[in-house]
Amino acid sequence: MSIHTKIVDDLVANDISFVTTVPCKQLAGVIDEIDARSEIYHIPSNKEDEGMGLCAGAFMGGKRPAIIMQNTAIGVTINTLATLTQFYRMPLPMLISYRGELREPVACQVEMAVHTKALLNQLNIPTYHFHKESDANELDAILKYTFMCNKPVAILTDASFWGGYGDQ
Amino acid sequence: MIRSDVLRDIAPVIRDHLVVCNIGLPSQELHLLDDQPTNFYMLGTMGLSSSIGLGLALAQDKKVISIDGDGSVLTNFGTLPTIANNVADNYILLIIDNGSYGSTGDQPTYAGKKTSLAAVAKACGCENVIECQASETKEVLQDALASNKMTVIVCKCDSGNIKVPVITMDPVVIRDRFMKAVQA
Repeated sequence: MSIHTKIVDDLVANDISFVTTVPCKQLAGVIDEIDARSEIYHIPSNKEDEGMGLCAGAFMGGKRPAIIMQNTAIGVTINTLATLTQFYRMPLPMLISYRGELREPVACQVEMAVHTKALLNQLNIPTYHFHKESDANELDAILKYTFMCNKPVAILTDASFWGGYGDQ
Repeated sequence: MIRSDVLRDIAPVIRDHLVVCNIGLPSQELHLLDDQPTNFYMLGTMGLSSSIGLGLALAQDKKVISIDGDGSVLTNFGTLPTIANNVADNYILLIIDNGSYGSTGDQPTYAGKKTSLAAVAKACGCENVIECQASETKEVLQDALASNKMTVIVCKCDSGNIKVPVITMDPVVIRDRFMKAVQA
């Protein structure tokens, strides 16, 4: 089973049926897999804070949402995380490609990578870091934890987790 | 007519539907005029009323009205293509366009100058877009609800505010009360 299939299987098994995405090269396989699943309504968003608004609405409408985005989005969404998702106590699993880590070919990505965990820590957002493929074995438990505590939860997935950048 | 006049006018029409109301004075005015469990008041997060409303409309079958402002739509312009491409016929976006940032002191917005939000919504692919004058809003909204078609309404009104108290209800109470109304 591919890692993309395993991740989306865990989303479906946890009754997540509304997923918004802002793409990243590392997340392309997961996004393709989400598109292929009839159990999930996939709604691409143009900016990550917009996506968090969509997820807030879907949650209040009775669906379990998730957002898939790049770590640069943490810089975009701090206000939304604090004043919407956290203030109203809503659950939101955030599957995040952790650009700017080991094997990163684009220097600018490092500039947000060095702030990513500090910002999540400052926001008191529970954060998990997937570095090896076997780390994804915890995804099911992380999703259950997210909907148990009604909080945004970050899952950072770095280049080593995704097997590098291929021919880039 | 200013925004609070429009809200007073449409209150009997929106009372029976799910309403997501924009941050600041719009929520405070609606809360003062006609507080309902079916109202979700935004206490923060400028720009996301339309997105929250769309997510809600896509997730369940009851009709949803997002009350937004011109300044808030301008700050989240990406919402219009998302709305256009994810049609929910139980969704109405009502943009109360007074050409100003009302909650912050009536500074002018570009929507009050050259930019037409109705034209932008159409260009983004929204199929049912109606621009109306403030006095027509109630009727246009009733027609849109009856049509069972996703509709974007741009209501042109005067800028100006009434004095209203802030909402002191706890956000989790607002959310819990609203979710119970959604499920009722």
